[in-house]
Amino acid sequence: MKKQNIFSVLVGGAAGDGAREAAANLSRLLTNVGFEVIQTVEYPSLIRGGHNFARVTFSDDKIHSDYEALDILVALNKETVDLHFKELKKDGLVIFDCEKQDKKIINLPLCAYAKEMGAPPILRTAAALGAICWILNLDLEELNKIFKTVFKDKAEANIKLSVKGYENFKNRKITQIKLPKPKKIIRKLVDGNEAFAEGLIKAGLENYFAYPMTPSSSILHFLAGKAHEYKIKVAQPENEIAVINMALGSAYAGKRTATASTGGGFALMLEAMAMAGMEELPIVVADSQRAGTSTGVATRTGQGDLAFVRNLPGEFPQIVLAPGDQEEAYLLGGLSLNLAWQFQTPVVVLLDKLLSENMSACQLDDKKIKIISSKPSKAGKKYQRYEFTDDGISPLAFPGDKDAVVKVCSYEHDEKGYITDSSEITKAMCEKRFAKIKGIVKELAKHEMIKVYGDTKSKNTLVFFGSTKGAILEALKYIKKPVRAVQILCLEPLDTAQLKKILKESNRIIDIENNYTGQLANLIREKTGIEVCKKILRYDSFPFEPLSLADTINKILK
Amino acid sequence: MIDLNTQAKNTWCPGCTNFLILSAFKNVLNELFSTGLNKDNVVMTAGIGCHGKIADYVNINSFISLHGREVATATGIKLANPKLTVVAFAGDGDAYAEGIEHLVHAAKRNSNITLLVHNNQVFGLTTGQVTPTSVKGYKGRSTPFGSVEEPLNPLSVLLSSGATFVARTYAGNLQEMQVIMKKAIQHKGFSVVDILQPCISFKDTREYFKERVCELEKNYPTDKLDMALVEVRSNGDKIPCGIFYQVQKPIFEDSF
Repeated sequence: MKKQNIFSVLVGGAAGDGAREAAANLSRLLTNVGFEVIQTVEYPSLIRGGHNFARVTFSDDKIHSDYEALDILVALNKETVDLHFKELKKDGLVIFDCEKQDKKIINLPLCAYAKEMGAPPILRTAAALGAICWILNLDLEELNKIFKTVFKDKAEANIKLSVKGYENFKNRKITQIKLPKPKKIIRKLVDGNEAFAEGLIKAGLENYFAYPMTPSSSILHFLAGKAHEYKIKVAQPENEIAVINMALGSAYAGKRTATASTGGGFALMLEAMAMAGMEELPIVVADSQRAGTSTGVATRTGQGDLAFVRNLPGEFPQIVLAPGDQEEAYLLGGLSLNLAWQFQTPVVVLLDKLLSENMSACQLDDKKIKIISSKPSKAGKKYQRYEFTDDGISPLAFPGDKDAVVKVCSYEHDEKGYITDSSEITKAMCEKRFAKIKGIVKELAKHEMIKVYGDTKSKNTLVFFGSTKGAILEALKYIKKPVRAVQILCLEPLDTAQLKKILKESNRIIDIENNYTGQLANLIREKTGIEVCKKILRYDSFPFEPLSLADTINKILK
Repeated sequence: MIDLNTQAKNTWCPGCTNFLILSAFKNVLNELFSTGLNKDNVVMTAGIGCHGKIADYVNINSFISLHGREVATATGIKLANPKLTVVAFAGDGDAYAEGIEHLVHAAKRNSNITLLVHNNQVFGLTTGQVTPTSVKGYKGRSTPFGSVEEPLNPLSVLLSSGATFVARTYAGNLQEMQVIMKKAIQHKGFSVVDILQPCISFKDTREYFKERVCELEKNYPTDKLDMALVEVRSNGDKIPCGIFYQVQKPIFEDSF
């Protein structure tokens, strides 16, 4: 196996110490100088105290996941040293504000520096970042550029502190780590929520409604911040029921609209999502899953909602997409809004905490998303909202369009949109809605909705969906037997024929999921009749870690 | 006059007071059309209940929403296209039970929409159960020994929530109902009209209301919140109808 040039830095402290922001600035710096970067965050559901940390893994080669083994540990409190010391590599070191140097622990007077400057203690992380620049031999100017971009006119104190940290380590000749030359590809550091939101914007998002719920909230925050720039109306109504009903009102009035929540909030939207199916209203709803059931583990990750989101009340053609990384979150964000409008139906996008909040250096290719609109209507006075057509798609008009009377109705309805209980119309309307499936499948076929990685000819197959992609693709580097990994990006409607073909060629199918029941395995059995041989399931609220995952797979394939 | 009738078969009980509300709404629309309102730019939303079928009987843009959600739907429509005139129809169960949070918040944010509540103090479509405005002791199918809860005073709630137009009317008085309905639609901000009505099948209050419904005094000032809060609560021998409160405040949709 090729030697991996993979480095990790962990910044940890109490909530409110700024560990996450400091790590993000380091990630930005590493991205800017051309490294591949993955940043993960872990934090409890509280505002002050508790243990928070962010881990930055980087390499000159493509990486898909972060790594636990640390080169540098920045400890903003003693607890961080106690918890993470064991994760240090053989020659890893700790930066800590303590009296004196002790083997692996390098003392740096972070608090004293901040105090000297008259800066608040939270700024002390800047001195630590300066010290890291010395260790990694990174240009301090590049770090200061980041400070200027992030903190604007408040960057000065950060810059001065970073120099303090850098000079301290330089003067003490602290051992430096030799890094490989980065590839210098221009990338953007984004988390999954931001990438998803960028995809929506690129596909013409006009209105966004949401109620805060971790880990979906940062989509709301990001879009609220961009509202003026992109002329998007962003509102936070009284609850998720209001959110989805307002969003559907907005879609009816002709605006490209989306919302997001997590399992609990998503559950509150179900009745209205079924209405969207019935009334044929275009809407995108993302479910960024958290760990556990109900309120669960609010700030951790899981994949427990797959079975739930693909089983909305009633029957209508459902679309469920699940991106596995930031670039896919971007593309599927755009695709979801386009599909919703092309086929006048709700589209669900499954995210999770890991994908939503992890950052990675990526290339979001805006040429890959074009705005696709719905079939327009010029019927005027003769307009019928639910006119029968061969492809099941009725031309779309909006209130305000000249002479068109646009009537939508959550009851079963006739072509004009009037309530009906006629059995003939009930049957015909149901078939009309399902007639859209053909077009949906055709449209999805233009995109790669089942991806195969690794040794594509191997008869050992790993199957997965969503954010486990990172750990699985990374684990492939350490799996001894030939193996291929199959990612399903569109879970409804599932490309059963293609999936069957792939799985039938396999001797051993191993299903990997962040849940207890193996919901993807159940979906595969339901749609293809094929049973997986083995399930690797993790439901302790943490994501898979590539090395231990590879270990588990090696044992199975032995 | 624009013909606002539709081909939909009316399924309300013969003699239902919803016919009066329907008639008033169509008359008001035609009055507004004659003074420049464009029919294309009017949308009505409705919840689920007997009232909700009204959307089928008026030939304008309409959105039959979910039970209790007609106000949230209306808010979304108005925010998406502020040029539209949006009127939400609701029942008392619909608006004051299932979806009362949306009323409170629509009033709080002063969304420029109108809410007309068919308040007959009973669930009609589900054949006679207690609603939030049913009197204590009401014997319905779910409360055969009489309801034990005091009724809610919706207008008091809405005044406290910040509604900028609060009125009550009686479906039996067509002319007055039309005047108030028109003013509510013309009001800039969140307007609500609680329309008292008998349900001739499950709660026939014709005599009860005939004896009690009265108009507010001629010189009643509509800009005094404290006075309005007292007046909407008076519910003894007389049930005052009219505009209790009307003020101008910044509109939600204008802030975008």
